[in-house]
Amino acid sequence: MAETLTNGHAQSYVGTRTIRPDGVDKVTGRARFGADFSLPGQLIGRVLRSPHPHARIISIDTSKAEALPGVKAVITRADFADQPSEFIPAGEMMMNYKDVVRNVMAREKALYEGHAVAAVAATSTAIARRALKLIDVKYEVLPHVIDVVEAMEPGAPLLHDDLFTAGVEPKPEKPSNVAKRVEISLGDIEAGFKKADVVVEREFKTAPVHQGYIEPHAALASVSEDGSTELWCCTQGHFIVRAHCARLLGLDISKIRVTASEIGGGFGGKTVVYLEPLAIALSRKAKRPVKMVMSREEVFKASGPTSGATVKVKMGATKDGKFVAGFAELKYQAGAFQGSPVQPGVMCAYAPYDIENVKVIGYDVVSNRPKVAAYRAPGAPISEFAVESVVDEIAKKLRLDPIELRMMNAAREGTKAAYGPKFGPIGLEETLNSIKKTEHWNTPLRKWQGRGVASGFWFNIGGETCASLTINEDGTVSLMAGTPDIGGLRASLSMVAADELGIPYDKVRPIIGDTGSLGFTFLTGGSRSAFSGSMAIVEAAKQIKTELCARAAKLWELKPDQVEFSGGSVRALGSAAEKFKPMSIADFAKIAGKTGGPIGGYGRINAQGAGPSLGTHLVDLEVDPETGRVTILRYTVAQDAGRAIHPSYVEGQFQGGAVQGIGWALNEEYIYGEDGKLQNAGFLDYRMPVASDVPMIDAILVEVANPKHPYGVRGVGETPIVPPLGAIANAMEAATGIRFTELPMSPPKVLKALKEKGANGASGSDR
Amino acid sequence: MRYEAPESVEGAVALLSAATGEARVLAGGTDLLVQMRADVVDPELIVDIKKIAETRAVREEKGGWRIGAAVTGAELKEHAKLKRAWPGVVEAANLIGSTQVQGRATLGGNLCNGSPAADSVPALIAAGAVATLAGPQGRRDLPVEDVMLGPRKLALKKGEIVVSFLLPPRPPRSSDAYLRFIPRTEMDIAVVGAGVSLTLDGAGTISAARVSLGAVAARVLLVQEAAQAIVGSRLDAPAQRRLEAAARAACRPIDDKRGTVEFRTDVAAVLTRRAALIALDRARTS
Amino acid sequence: MAKHHIEAIVNGDAVEFLCETEETLLDVLRDTLNLTGSKEGCASGDCGACSVTLDGRLVCSCLVLGCEVGGRRIETIEGMAKGETLHPLQQRFLEHAALQCGICTPGFLVASKALLERTPEPSEHEIRFWLAGNLCRCTGYDKIVSAVKDAAATMRKG
Repeated sequence: MAETLTNGHAQSYVGTRTIRPDGVDKVTGRARFGADFSLPGQLIGRVLRSPHPHARIISIDTSKAEALPGVKAVITRADFADQPSEFIPAGEMMMNYKDVVRNVMAREKALYEGHAVAAVAATSTAIARRALKLIDVKYEVLPHVIDVVEAMEPGAPLLHDDLFTAGVEPKPEKPSNVAKRVEISLGDIEAGFKKADVVVEREFKTAPVHQGYIEPHAALASVSEDGSTELWCCTQGHFIVRAHCARLLGLDISKIRVTASEIGGGFGGKTVVYLEPLAIALSRKAKRPVKMVMSREEVFKASGPTSGATVKVKMGATKDGKFVAGFAELKYQAGAFQGSPVQPGVMCAYAPYDIENVKVIGYDVVSNRPKVAAYRAPGAPISEFAVESVVDEIAKKLRLDPIELRMMNAAREGTKAAYGPKFGPIGLEETLNSIKKTEHWNTPLRKWQGRGVASGFWFNIGGETCASLTINEDGTVSLMAGTPDIGGLRASLSMVAADELGIPYDKVRPIIGDTGSLGFTFLTGGSRSAFSGSMAIVEAAKQIKTELCARAAKLWELKPDQVEFSGGSVRALGSAAEKFKPMSIADFAKIAGKTGGPIGGYGRINAQGAGPSLGTHLVDLEVDPETGRVTILRYTVAQDAGRAIHPSYVEGQFQGGAVQGIGWALNEEYIYGEDGKLQNAGFLDYRMPVASDVPMIDAILVEVANPKHPYGVRGVGETPIVPPLGAIANAMEAATGIRFTELPMSPPKVLKALKEKGANGASGSDR
Repeated sequence: MRYEAPESVEGAVALLSAATGEARVLAGGTDLLVQMRADVVDPELIVDIKKIAETRAVREEKGGWRIGAAVTGAELKEHAKLKRAWPGVVEAANLIGSTQVQGRATLGGNLCNGSPAADSVPALIAAGAVATLAGPQGRRDLPVEDVMLGPRKLALKKGEIVVSFLLPPRPPRSSDAYLRFIPRTEMDIAVVGAGVSLTLDGAGTISAARVSLGAVAARVLLVQEAAQAIVGSRLDAPAQRRLEAAARAACRPIDDKRGTVEFRTDVAAVLTRRAALIALDRARTS
Repeated sequence: MAKHHIEAIVNGDAVEFLCETEETLLDVLRDTLNLTGSKEGCASGDCGACSVTLDGRLVCSCLVLGCEVGGRRIETIEGMAKGETLHPLQQRFLEHAALQCGICTPGFLVASKALLERTPEPSEHEIRFWLAGNLCRCTGYDKIVSAVKDAAATMRKG
């Protein structure tokens, strides 16, 4: 390996733009995603879904379906044991298996249109489809409720008669759709408002939006006669899938081996189970492999979007712009079961700012919609959209530059956040500064064009993580990680491994190990996979280096402190240096058998110290005053990455998050009819941004090192979706003079607002 | 499910006439296949008309243009001469879906899908296109505005297919334009569509015009009042206002997931004016 | 009724297969011919992940019936690299990090290739509108547009 060393130092890959090791498979069609796996003798599984948003299930008769030739198994609620009510922490959210078992297969009631009611496995898709039509489900249709505010009203249709609002004293006597109330507070909010010279209070509403990954959920299960279970699926966390399936199906964890396929996008939506337990249950019954793939309609109707919400914000500032009080009340839709991301929404609302007096209250509310799943910085875009809009209004009222106002109030190292901790080094000010310096910020605009700025915060997490490095016989390295790679993780981890071991990047071959190959590893989410994974790799490399030093010391008959690992080799130190030629990893690999056996390292850590990532977005847009159509003209993202391991993939996170945010702000929404049914369960009418909808997205990498990480890394994946909603609303205000408080800012809403203001000239009479 | 791909119009008509169950004509398939997959239709017979030469040809006829019902949008776009004569029709056909969809979608299919939001239909109606139908009783011509009666309802009789469209001869100083409103830049179904075709006299005054609106009523409308509002004018401000008022008055839209009554009515007026201005500009330079 | 017996050319190879009327070309490619590089994202022509060319024309294979392709030439992502040499688009997609999850990538590559065959020097505007039928949820399209531009430049140099 000596040829890769320059001046005795290992080449540094971290910070460079390498080619991803899984790339060629992905540009040639070779990469196998969820639906690309097949097994000999496999059956096709299909799900029967409720046509009603709310209905009691009186009976399910599957006899006709079972009698259809080619049908090998039918499952219903009867195939899943009930689970006790118990809350378990699941990364950034809490979960309750009593709800999970009911979400994967309806029990007493169907709680949303698309709720799974039965599933079949048959020898062909056509037979499976026919079998679904032969299942006779008797429903008692119940009144439904879709909107969060309506669901909170006293007389609203009740989804769960055993749901009593948690977090209020005294405990309510009657059940309701309000699952819990949460509150954080800092200082004295009333006293804070008394100090304020200007107070702005506004109410906002956001629509539920879907993660919109292009790959539908897919699972292939094979259960043998002794209960050994193999599962291939597209997931953000195969260890989590294993845990859920073991629990729901009463299996030992060791009996289930889950292999994560390549994953075609997740954004939080593939952190829970839908098809996986059904495929296993069907395969267990049929004793044949069962493959299940959702249609796009099923993805929209039955997998998690994120919450729609109603948010009230009241902020006070002194006349020179110091924020003195921040209050907010958030009502988040959880979908059919409790567990909206209102808690992180509450915690993030004012996190970008240093405010002495803060109070944020949140409500988690169930209604007849699919259960929400995590979506990129779950909960934060909603509450921060509201706060960033009000911050902009304060800037207007005080005639202050919105960047200066944010700068004045920015959270920085040492700031006590309302949600608890004191921040370490964070990069909000740096992002504001770099935005201010852009040519973009300093370019004039024309009439009907507007410029908006907004900042955003996300915590990031660490957590349980395993990764291994194995030195092969020829000195190359096999890297195994336990978090599915959605956007370049294998490249990043390989770069860290190459730098740690001082070997060329292309000598490291990374794979994502299955659940039998590594210890429990939490999922890819919370912007944790590169942060935690690289820490685990550093640990694994450390073990290898220690081991190699020990072997060299033994070979050379030196004391352990007379050798060191540097620049990819073990060297003897001091006077011994001239006596012994440094030994490379490849040298050790050749004689591994004689010096103690195979060489490897296994990082098993519970990663701590994930530094928050803050960002600031800048957007220019133009409004067509006659139609309400909005065109995004220019967009710049600046975000603190701590240290960008692979700058291109960090930029990609910024750009992708910004465009998802553009969709959320302008057009994406779940549209329900009076009948409680989703009307736009497809890409045609869900309207995610297409290539021609957006400009190039300039990405500025700000690097304020995270002191808790060996390379200074912060998670970067989630923060980019936080600022766009506020930035776009602020730009809309700049373009039209109208403060839009309801998302999406779709053309009919924009045109209506323009007409009400008499600003659009569309009537023809005022031109 | 039976699939047939006859090579003659008569063959297609015979198959469709003899069908006992639900039969569907397959041209580009961009609507039919989606409806089949969504279980909206489950035909017993599919008759693919793309092997019939007549449905696949574009040729000049009697000074006008005859376009086969199964010619794709992408093929129309590549036909330079047709594009010069009828830019509005060609651009309308190329607003249907993506590049991929344009590689398959046809004028005949767009019309026979029976959607009031079909992009090419307002352009064809504004152009004064006539559809040539073939059925068990032989052939007949029907103005495009008379083919569609309502959502999913066509004037076609059992066994009848649309074979081709005839675009009339173009006097000098004539052109057309089609605009549609969608929330994104591409890929959506029209919330409103407006087609305008017009001819100028030597002095630059509009001597003839046709205006058609899509997605503002149960069927695509030929709005004669709108045409009358601008004939005799040079599309100056008062004429534009008359045009907008006439377009607005013709709208009988619904509220749905794609737009409200108010929005559609407002935008119909705006698009009609804008399309007319584009057509005018093109006619001046044609 | 009996299945249709179809003979066609896929990536230059003569293939024959049997299919039901309702099976799409995408079903045939993925399930019968085991060419799983073309992806099903929507089955309604709205995402472009199943893009292939049919006699050189870019189409969604989910909107073509298997029984329609008798005697026709189909090109899929699996036919894009020639031997060990990646197509310039494939190479540039890798260099520009124009993919994150990669599920949309085959469709984008097939569609981009069809664009560059017609328009060797496309503007950003042309690239964006040509590719409007290919959804990507990860990248925000920025690096895809750059990669296509760069590949076009490479291909013009020959």
